[in-house]
Amino acid sequence: MSMRIFPRLVAIALTGVLALASGAKAEINLLNVSYDPTRELYKAINAAFGDIWSKSSGEKVTIRASHGGSGSQARAVIDGLKADVVTLALAPDIDAIAANSGRLPADWAKRLPNNSTPYTSTIVFLVRKGNPKGIKDWDDLAKPGVGVVTPNPKTSGGARWNYLAAWGHAQRRFAGDDSKVRAFVRAIYKNAPVLDTGARGSTITFAQRGVGDVLIAWENEAFLAFDEFGKDKFEIIAPPLSILAEPPVALVDANVDANGTRKAAQTYLEFLYTPTAQKIIAKNHYRPRDEAAADHSDLARFPKLELLTIDAHFGGWAAAQKAHFSEGGTFDQIYGTGAK
Amino acid sequence: MRTVLLKPSPLPGFTPALGAALLWLGLLVLIPLAALVWRASGLGLSGILAIAGQPRVAAALKLSFGLSLLAAALNVVLGGVVAWVLTRYEFPGRRLLDAAVDLPFALPTAVAGIALTAVYAPNGWIGAPLDALGFKVAFTPLGIFIALVFIGLPFMVRSVEPVLSEVEPEIEEASATLGASRLRTIFQVVLPPLVPAFLTGFALALARAVGEYGSVVFISGNIPFVSEIAPLLIVVRLEEFDEAGATAVATIMLALSFAILLIINLVQAHVRRRTGHD
Amino acid sequence: MIDLPLPETPLRIQRDRDALAEAPALRRTLIGFAVTVLTLFLFLPLATVFIEAFGKGVAGFLNALSDAEVQSSIKLTLIVATICVPINTAFGIAAAWAVARFEFTGKSALVTFIDLPFSVSPVIAGLCCVLLFGARGLLGPQLASYGVEVIFAIPGIVLATLFVTFPFVARELIPLMQQQGSDDEQAALTLGASGWRMFLTVTLPNVKWGLLYGVLLCNARAMGEFGAVAVVSGRIRGGTSTMPLQVEALYNDYNMVGAFAVASLLALLALITLIVKTFLEWRFTGELALRRRT
Repeated sequence: MSMRIFPRLVAIALTGVLALASGAKAEINLLNVSYDPTRELYKAINAAFGDIWSKSSGEKVTIRASHGGSGSQARAVIDGLKADVVTLALAPDIDAIAANSGRLPADWAKRLPNNSTPYTSTIVFLVRKGNPKGIKDWDDLAKPGVGVVTPNPKTSGGARWNYLAAWGHAQRRFAGDDSKVRAFVRAIYKNAPVLDTGARGSTITFAQRGVGDVLIAWENEAFLAFDEFGKDKFEIIAPPLSILAEPPVALVDANVDANGTRKAAQTYLEFLYTPTAQKIIAKNHYRPRDEAAADHSDLARFPKLELLTIDAHFGGWAAAQKAHFSEGGTFDQIYGTGAK
Repeated sequence: MRTVLLKPSPLPGFTPALGAALLWLGLLVLIPLAALVWRASGLGLSGILAIAGQPRVAAALKLSFGLSLLAAALNVVLGGVVAWVLTRYEFPGRRLLDAAVDLPFALPTAVAGIALTAVYAPNGWIGAPLDALGFKVAFTPLGIFIALVFIGLPFMVRSVEPVLSEVEPEIEEASATLGASRLRTIFQVVLPPLVPAFLTGFALALARAVGEYGSVVFISGNIPFVSEIAPLLIVVRLEEFDEAGATAVATIMLALSFAILLIINLVQAHVRRRTGHD
Repeated sequence: MIDLPLPETPLRIQRDRDALAEAPALRRTLIGFAVTVLTLFLFLPLATVFIEAFGKGVAGFLNALSDAEVQSSIKLTLIVATICVPINTAFGIAAAWAVARFEFTGKSALVTFIDLPFSVSPVIAGLCCVLLFGARGLLGPQLASYGVEVIFAIPGIVLATLFVTFPFVARELIPLMQQQGSDDEQAALTLGASGWRMFLTVTLPNVKWGLLYGVLLCNARAMGEFGAVAVVSGRIRGGTSTMPLQVEALYNDYNMVGAFAVASLLALLALITLIVKTFLEWRFTGELALRRRT
């Protein structure tokens, strides 16, 4: 009996595949490969861009998104994921794509304003309501008995910003005494019961699964969790010193040329710098480059804190990546007794 | 078919059937696995062993195999009792229970994962009371253990059930007539012939548990050295651009899975020889 | 046994009964234990799926399922299953015919290899696909130069699914066909039937219910595979996200109703599989190898 239905099943399958294939030609499809916490941001951006593009060109544009830990997303693009644009958590992940796949030039960052970073963010703490452990600063995270939730710096971009912010704080606290800095950061990671592969996984672990006392999080992710799970459950604590996180965006040249989507993809990235997009960016709790475009109420939510920068304090991303996150870097030394 | 020694049979179609089977097997299973072995051979045995010796890898392998062994062992008891109850007793709802045993086979692992997590999380139906007692299940090795028991249970029940239902009541009667207590009859007469079935169920549950990913990733805390299972470590290594590391862990797991499978087949061959039927 | 003179005293019969059954208390305890185990491990999680799916009412449930990304994941899952299930059914029948009807050298090795995907971690299946078809893989660059996309596209998902669903039909048919023996088929041949005719009129009807259950299990796994597909999919929402991946994505979006709504469809599929199985078992006892290994 099964034999008789095979031809029909195969026909259905073929029709489905053909429908998908022909559907791809009727409109422009863009694939934005992004990192974990940008789901809500790009949902809003994509809808706005779709309207503008169809009004100006008459074409329908569908932007698909893929989200995951920034490092793992870069891996997927290197392994052949046909991203038209990548919007990742930090520059080294796009550098890795350029170096390992050659799909975009090494100087990609120079092609758009602000080193191709249309928005910034920083790293803050999310604690449980009433802040029972009294967490105010990075020092409190290193204390014994405090459960710290942060993702795995090997796979998550946000986790690397977290790590460097803690490192920067320790350098200042211990006046650059390397062994004390290491001991301090090690103490924080000793307090980490979970290392998820992406920032979103960590937020779920902390907010939904009730693990840990403090989540080291992207500022936007902390606000989102705050809005999503209720203000009666969490508090956002801004440490006096944090890091200026600059998530970059880039066109993947080899892919847009293969897909014939260069113009739309380029316009999409440029759109991120327009007042319309900057306003959406601020609404989604990312810090806009163009503050004039944003609603004042959105800007007012961002706490004022001193921000270290990767270039001034860590000698740029290339150096920071090599020193801290490469094989045998400080993270490997600190975590897992020398080996990984 | 020159290399295949075929016992003559009046039935047709051996060559095309075996040919098709070998072709699919080769294309779908053997070539992909060969790619893994080929990649691993680039590392060399010493390279693979060096990676296996890394503390985090060793911890993940130990956790995966240790918890899988424990889960399979608990399933000997749970599965044994369930199989016993289902074959020996008639009670309302027996058929429903019998049908439900296969649920972990048919339920997608990701669904099982989020469902078990919801039930055993600190705010879940079972997790909340346990949490009040100071037991944390979800996001600890205990959570992984629960998931592995879940997916292993039907293997044990379905291995033991048919053999148990074939145990002839005459033998039990004889044992009872000779004055053995019920308990003694069970342990000395009923259970011994079931040992191969238990072994098969144990090995099948073990093999499945070791490689299990979907139902575990949601409920484990994914903490290196504590609750990071070996399949997750493969994914993490892959995401860290460390293909060599992923390949090495995968090769070790493949070798161990293959060993378990061989044991299953040996046990079954042994049983066939002893009982004269399948 | 039959010619054994049974003592007629009620006392004696009473003792026999006791000896062949457990005390009622123990019996109730055992049943209670089994029910508790199955409730804690099977029924509660299953119930949770549906309760959470309807956590915001029927409207919330329907709303979650009408989402474009969810619809696309359902479509993709159906496409993958419609490709994989027939292919592996054809393979399973061929393999079962060779294994169950012939004695040849290397048969047990063949059976072991057929079983291999059962015990290989699905993640390894995905990894193999990456090693073969990834941009840095063995065949990936070659295929890419011809414009063939495998990984992070439907072909990759299909290949990974084929790998993990490979043994289901064969595993169901082999013991069943071995058990039935080949007498019917030999009779058909003696009566002058051609090989195909014998296969279509004797072999297939004999195993149809076992085959159906094998196909159902294969289908449930094809639609529900997570680990292997997660590695090769690229998680493009509305593109390469299958239903199980969509469950994970929605779960990570804090969209519990959405995640459990999609999960409930998959759970429903599992329930239907089990119901059909139970029905077949009840209706056609003996025609299924159900009571053996999966």
